[in-house]
Amino acid sequence: MIAGAVLAVVAIYIVRLFMLQVGDNDYKRYADSNAFQRKILYPSRGFIYDRNGELMVYNQPAYDVMMIPREVRGLDTLDFCNTLGITIEQFEKYISDMKDRRKNPGYSTYTPQVFMTQLSAQDYGRLQEKLYKYPGFYTQNRVLRQYSRPIAANVLGNIREVSPSDIEKDDYYRRGDYTGDLGVEKSFEEVLRGVKGEEILLRDAHGRIKGKYEDGRYDVQPVSGRNITLSIDADLQAYGEKLMRGKTGAIVAIEPATGEILALVSSPTYDPSVLVGRERGKNYAKLTRDPANPLFDRAIMAMYPPGSTFKPTQGLIFLEEGIITPETNYPCTGGFVVGGLRVGCHAHPSPLPLIPSLATSCNAYYCYGLRSMLDNRRQYESTSEAFEIWKNHLVSMGYGYRLGVDLPGEKRGFLPNSKYYDKFYGENRWRALTIISIAIGQGEILATPLQIANLAATIANRGYFYTPHVVKSIQDSIIDTTYTERRYPSIDSRYYDYIVEGMRAAVTGGTCKTANLPDIEVCGKTGTAQNPHGRDHSAFMGFAPMDNPRIAIAVYVENAGFGATYGVPIGSLMMEYYLKGEITDPARKDLEHRMFNSKVVGNSGKKR
Amino acid sequence: MARSVNVWKSVDKLTIFLYVVLVFLGWISIYAASYDYDQASIFDFAERSGKQLVWIGLSFILASAIMLIDSRMFEIYAYMIYIAFMLLLVFTFIVADEVKGSRSWLTITDSIRLQPAEFAKFATALAIAKMFNGYNFKFTKPANFFKVVGLVLLPMLLIVMQQETGSALVYLSFIFMMYREGMTGLVLFGGICAILYFVLGIKFSADMWMGAPLGESIVLIIICAVLVGMIYFFAENRLVARNLSIGYIVAAVVTAILIACGIEVPMLYVLLGIVALSLIYLLVVYFMTFSSRILVAIAVTIVSVVFLFSCNMVFSKLQPHQRTRIEVLLGMKEDLRAAGYNVNQSKIAIGSGGFWGKGFLNGTQTKLKYVPEQDTDFIFCTIGEEEGFWGACLVLGLFTALILRIMVIAERQPRPFGRVYAYSVLGIFFFHLFINIGMVIGLCPVIGIPLPFFSYGGSSLWGFTILLFILLRIDASRSEHF
Repeated sequence: MIAGAVLAVVAIYIVRLFMLQVGDNDYKRYADSNAFQRKILYPSRGFIYDRNGELMVYNQPAYDVMMIPREVRGLDTLDFCNTLGITIEQFEKYISDMKDRRKNPGYSTYTPQVFMTQLSAQDYGRLQEKLYKYPGFYTQNRVLRQYSRPIAANVLGNIREVSPSDIEKDDYYRRGDYTGDLGVEKSFEEVLRGVKGEEILLRDAHGRIKGKYEDGRYDVQPVSGRNITLSIDADLQAYGEKLMRGKTGAIVAIEPATGEILALVSSPTYDPSVLVGRERGKNYAKLTRDPANPLFDRAIMAMYPPGSTFKPTQGLIFLEEGIITPETNYPCTGGFVVGGLRVGCHAHPSPLPLIPSLATSCNAYYCYGLRSMLDNRRQYESTSEAFEIWKNHLVSMGYGYRLGVDLPGEKRGFLPNSKYYDKFYGENRWRALTIISIAIGQGEILATPLQIANLAATIANRGYFYTPHVVKSIQDSIIDTTYTERRYPSIDSRYYDYIVEGMRAAVTGGTCKTANLPDIEVCGKTGTAQNPHGRDHSAFMGFAPMDNPRIAIAVYVENAGFGATYGVPIGSLMMEYYLKGEITDPARKDLEHRMFNSKVVGNSGKKR
Repeated sequence: MARSVNVWKSVDKLTIFLYVVLVFLGWISIYAASYDYDQASIFDFAERSGKQLVWIGLSFILASAIMLIDSRMFEIYAYMIYIAFMLLLVFTFIVADEVKGSRSWLTITDSIRLQPAEFAKFATALAIAKMFNGYNFKFTKPANFFKVVGLVLLPMLLIVMQQETGSALVYLSFIFMMYREGMTGLVLFGGICAILYFVLGIKFSADMWMGAPLGESIVLIIICAVLVGMIYFFAENRLVARNLSIGYIVAAVVTAILIACGIEVPMLYVLLGIVALSLIYLLVVYFMTFSSRILVAIAVTIVSVVFLFSCNMVFSKLQPHQRTRIEVLLGMKEDLRAAGYNVNQSKIAIGSGGFWGKGFLNGTQTKLKYVPEQDTDFIFCTIGEEEGFWGACLVLGLFTALILRIMVIAERQPRPFGRVYAYSVLGIFFFHLFINIGMVIGLCPVIGIPLPFFSYGGSSLWGFTILLFILLRIDASRSEHF
């Protein structure tokens, strides 16, 4: 029976082989060595728009020179090089690169190979005229990117030629293809790239195209990449980049009601169009070598001590855990002084309850609060347990882990856990006072500007946030549900009103008076983060208007001193610009002018 | 006490001869498939033919090593080997980088990578053989049947998790061994029916015919035919089978007339009605004859109908990418790399070979890289093009000889251990041959599995070498008593 099955199958196969090989059929007719030419049809890459429909990124034509090595005959190398505007050495390098199987695993002398990429329109014209003289060469249309404005390089990203490892990882790519690098070009590569097509042409013995194989039955039409609409407001983004000129740092603005990122500024930045075309490699290397590191997207990758912008989280945790009520008063005697330990503060009335403590940014208040929480042995069994609860609240607010923004390279910031301290100080060898500086966003705590802006959005929403994202919509598709589902931190929503009130008081009569606008109710919180490497960092976090907020923002300027010096003006200008479309008040105009032209030259104390 | 024999004297030399010839032909085929005028030497270690030569040399060493091991060791350590390889499969899945969508490669160095799935086959075969060898093991007992199926399913599942569906399907070949060991033909028949129903039901579910999905109509008609067949051959009730056939013919004629008159026939309901009527009729027959086989036929029919509709439902609930994969496999959709194009090119290459072929290294279709994977899964193309019909037949003939020889070896084993292992090996070789060559000549769906000894790759060559030589080692000791 089994032997029968084997013999039957073999017999069927032999009959089939006989029919294919000896019997008469179409298959033989095509089997001429020159019968086919497979031509790849490249799709157009998806366009990128801003939230108001302004076109930000589109395509420009470029040309690749292709070569079928076996068909090259009698090439006048010198003439060919002159036509293309390259030297003989370059010509030889292109050839050897093409033949190098490590760089080009698909090399064969029979099939079309990429000789040279991204020919300019001029060179293309010259080559096209003389192409008949160079058998074995032809050109292929490709697309490159073009940017309508020199902004948002960190959000948009760019495209580069695929590397051998890209080809290894994804079957879709062939040598000479492009793939997204950085920004949405990378994270939405599969949406933007479309699908390559292919046509199979029949050729006669002289290599002349005789039409399509089987009338194009096996042709595959390319599918254009889908367009993407960003949540970025191009005007606001440009405005933010202008404000940050000469300074190092980041601005993140979020629409609280949706989690859409309105502006994601990282400074210093660069013009995305320098990474297009043949000069890309050179320019890319230059950007990599730049000590200011413009390729580093500080808005989502830089990890800074959050400083006083961290205090609202502390207020929320203490309220939620019942450590304080809004009426609880803590004293401040020029700071938090216990035993030999002293955390300084500045002059303000004492003792004071929660709301004024936010307005005046009292350090002592939060040190007392944290100590009351961690040392509370009735409520928690140990310092470790209390600390873990404290940490988990922060995690629920988006600290310590990646928020999940739809851009590559987001960093998670840093939140220590009790094990970290056990290791550092020894088990049970640490208590509230050992780690007191974390209450005011110093010490081990690190956060990205995105996480700080997300906190502002959470407070603006009174208790929830959407995962921040830069892609608002995708053509013929919907964005991932992770960006449309509310995330609720483990804090009861009724406590947020006290924090909002405190942040409002900070603007009307506290640390961020510069942000006080006559016609918009702004809420804010300054931050002045000490940093062991140099001058303090200047930070601001806020949102506006107070009711039905439309923008939440975080500003972080490295080594710029007090939060009120740079953070507050930049943050308030951004909000005003977004809400009103322009700055009109002469005093504010002055402020704007000052920000545009100021420079902060400091040693870079950024932590990465 | 065991009586040891001289291994070299008692080993099956015909099999070794076939093995060496196949491996040699495989090596020169790989050279031909990746041949380019720029490179000339078959010994160039930078090229695939050179690398394959290293793999071949190492396989000979491996084969000799296996010959030196006491054959009892394979039996004693069978379960341990099995467990070790299952753990290796899990380990691979966890640590492996994704290479072209699958996570089945263990990277040893940059240029050396192994695919443990290829080695898990012999481990599974050994474990099953040992289970059959157990004292008083009766395969016909359902509990034992499920134990054996479990042993086969575990590696299948792990390999599917590695996204190597093709390699996982190879484990279906253990059915041959089970059939030999007395598995009722009904299981085989039921399996074939289930696959047929699933494929037809899904493949033609989008085409409408008479207001009903074509696939479901076809399957319902087949179910009716199977029902008649079961009543005739299995229940051996000629009269009832005849009545059913007459009923179906009448129904078909009436329906055809109605259609010819231009009357809309709700085909799905008509067919379901016919099936239901048949079942009622059979129930009546059952209560008259109390033939339990009629009841079995009724149950099979009901299960078939439920299966048909549930698999369509399950299919529509699958993730889109899983659905696409099945659709591509069934040829409903051309994938991006257009499997249909590949098969067509492969047929052109083979067809252009003619009776005598174009001569060694003179193939043009394969050289032009029209045929993808020409030195791995589609290597048979190169043989077909360059050596023509006689070369292709020679290779087929050598494989047939090898498989039939394994069968001879299997039948002369004194103990179930050797026999079961031999039939497992036979099944695996046959399955690879069946699918791989069938795919290249356009008779089977494109499932990426290698042609033993021919396709480029160290893992597959080693896997098959180990598989075969353990069998030869066991066979060499067949006259020992222990």
